Amino acid sequence: MQITIKIFRYNPEKDKKPRYESYKLEAVETDRVLDLLEKVKGYQDGTLSFRRSCAHGICGSDAMRINGFNRLACKTLVRDTGAKITVEPILGLKVIKDLIVDMEPFFENFRSVIPYFVNDEPEPAQERLQSPEQRERFDDTTKCILCACCTTSCPSFWANEQYLGPAAIVNAHRFIFDSRDRAAAERLKILNDIFGIHRCHTIFNCTLACPREIQVTKAIGEVKKAIVTGSLE
Amino acid sequence: MKTHQFEVLVVGAGGAGLMAGLYASRTASTAIITKLYPTRSHTGTAQGGIGAALGSVEEDHPEWHTYDTVKGSDYLGDQDAIEFMCNEAVQAIYELEHMGLPFDRTPEGKISQRPFGGHTNNVTGKPVSRACHAADRTGHMILQTLYQQCIKNNVTFYDEFQVVDLLMVNGAAAGVVAIELASGEMHLFHAKTVIFATGGHGRIWEITSNAYAFSGDGPAITMRRGLPLEDMEFFQFHPTGIYKLGILITEGVRGEGGILINGLGERFMERYAPTVKDLASRDVISRAIYLEIRDGRGVNGQNYVYLDVRPESVNKYAALDGRKNPDGSPFVVTGEQILAKLPDIVDFCRVYLGVDPVTQLMPIQPTAHYAMGGIPTNKYGEVISNEENTTVPGLYAAGEVACVSVHGANRLGTNSLLDLVVFGKYAGLRAAEFAKGAAYQPLPADPAAFARAQFDQFLTADGKENAFDIAREMKKVMFDDMGIFRSGQGMQNALEKIRELQARFKHVRVTDTGKIFNMELINAWELGNLLDLAEVTTVSALARTESRGGHSREDYPDRDDKKWLKHTMAYLRENGRIELKYKPVVITKYQPKERTY
Repeated sequence: MQITIKIFRYNPEKDKKPRYESYKLEAVETDRVLDLLEKVKGYQDGTLSFRRSCAHGICGSDAMRINGFNRLACKTLVRDTGAKITVEPILGLKVIKDLIVDMEPFFENFRSVIPYFVNDEPEPAQERLQSPEQRERFDDTTKCILCACCTTSCPSFWANEQYLGPAAIVNAHRFIFDSRDRAAAERLKILNDIFGIHRCHTIFNCTLACPREIQVTKAIGEVKKAIVTGSLE
Repeated sequence: MKTHQFEVLVVGAGGAGLMAGLYASRTASTAIITKLYPTRSHTGTAQGGIGAALGSVEEDHPEWHTYDTVKGSDYLGDQDAIEFMCNEAVQAIYELEHMGLPFDRTPEGKISQRPFGGHTNNVTGKPVSRACHAADRTGHMILQTLYQQCIKNNVTFYDEFQVVDLLMVNGAAAGVVAIELASGEMHLFHAKTVIFATGGHGRIWEITSNAYAFSGDGPAITMRRGLPLEDMEFFQFHPTGIYKLGILITEGVRGEGGILINGLGERFMERYAPTVKDLASRDVISRAIYLEIRDGRGVNGQNYVYLDVRPESVNKYAALDGRKNPDGSPFVVTGEQILAKLPDIVDFCRVYLGVDPVTQLMPIQPTAHYAMGGIPTNKYGEVISNEENTTVPGLYAAGEVACVSVHGANRLGTNSLLDLVVFGKYAGLRAAEFAKGAAYQPLPADPAAFARAQFDQFLTADGKENAFDIAREMKKVMFDDMGIFRSGQGMQNALEKIRELQARFKHVRVTDTGKIFNMELINAWELGNLLDLAEVTTVSALARTESRGGHSREDYPDRDDKKWLKHTMAYLRENGRIELKYKPVVITKYQPKERTY
């Protein structure tokens, strides 16, 4: 089938402002949008720039807006998009070139929530024990690949980049509810900030955008509840 | 040119690089340079587990793990290094757990383990549960955990910097040259030690599980600097890639009871590996699939077979095999349990195949997966420069890029994650220790000259050739003639084609002349790396007139220990030719014998 793919283009070394460019190419239903971008780059316009690596939805490099929704280009098939596809950079982060945005503010927010395991008690000779139920408690949020699909779909983040955003809260959740971790109180304090969890207005864009199907809004709700009740139960 | 100075420089931020960086940064000034954001590294795609004889669910011993790895390697692995890795494994897993890694748990709260191909109880010969796992995203959890620990310990990162050359002065490492992707500027990193942890090069082949980033930058760079590459003819084809796409379906599927079915509906592995069947090692199963397809028993005459993890099939064959749970009860699974243990696999199949593996069969074919060969090192990650195992001062390698060799001619599943944790750590420790007693080498007059020449070529060539065409032709000939089965004639054909492509590659010109994120330029350079590694792989393979592990020849079907129980060392000489030398395999306890499963 013939596909028309309209791509947001911007090269700061040449363009005064962004533009859209359309490309026609042959594709099959099982082609990934990433495959189409590669073909455009290979045979129609070598200057097209985007990030990609694993090409099957795990590395999180190729988050972009595809027909208006935040998606990974490698996990979106022509079968899902139809023959007319519009591809744009994710919103809320500065565009550097074409589909590449500045990820630094996103990672800065991530780093600010103590996104690592804290437990200063003496280490046992073997593993710290954890029941399957305790492990299950935070399973969903361990799936995060830091692609930024959720955070850059959030109107609160669009309004203010200082808002930590869903991805940072998801990563805080992963540790707050880990029975082995000891820094939950500190994380909850960080999240109970004017640019923290209260900027979430349960719009659910994040949940819809997550390519890992993490229940993002639910996780944020659990953190909110922990802040209000002071309990992790 | 911007210049930076660090005692230890790590190139690559996958499991090995992060582990090296974590350890080195405790005592030495350290930076990790990576062409991706660290969490984009390919370690994150590893699925099924990491091997260690913890004995969480049944009896196991590091000695059994050692023997299985030696046997899996088809006796080409160095036994001192294998024993070291398998002994270190147990502590390495507990260390990861102490860093917070969320392993799945047994009912008693211990780290959960499952069976994997080639891992056995050495007394009964039956599969043993040795793979420690976090659902089917074990690599993801390792990568995330190590990156989190690097943040905790304030490790310095240079994200999205492409390393393009290694500087060697007085025979020692002196630093690297890298391009900052965001600005296109070359940076000079002056260092006392350099650790390569750049991963593999599976992008040489048409069907592969490997990321775009796996362009073999590390080995291509060190080879151009005159260092040898070891055992490059040994590249693993994983039996179960998604048909046509090559996306990996973990061996954990078979660990959980999944079976392979041919076009006639037969469980064909019974014929090839009567004892462990679908849990034989990867080279054995990939060859079996190839032979089934060749003999017309693919599904609908096509180039694929089925992987079946539907509960009714799993339970039927588990009952036939007499498989039991650790408590002695019969092994029985439900659809919910399959979904809970293999959520990502279920997701991949639904997205890319439109197939639900709980109720439907998965079409699979072998996929180019893992480089057993690479930059030669000893068991401390120190790079060696010749057949006498002389070390290169200040130069280290760890993870898939390195060849220790613990995987020999065929790697066992779960041993790659183990390899990068253990040898990443030791490379980091050794580099930091070396840096304490070493001075910085003086830098050459124009340190970026060699790198600049490689990149200028893409801006001045005549543009008669298209890089994508060259890549496509390389992948096809390598998959056809340098795949699971090889022959002298086929490999000769591949070599001629690769050399033709190398000549045509000189005509590639990039159209993007900008500085900012010029990915066309970077990708062109990466293709040059792949072509050079395709050549050295083929030259090494053509010379080896035997079949061993991942290197199977139709014209030399048997293993030949008399002539070929030795490692290949390939050198790129200044005249552009590849010269092969050999060094002995280290054998301690286990004399080579016939390998059956």
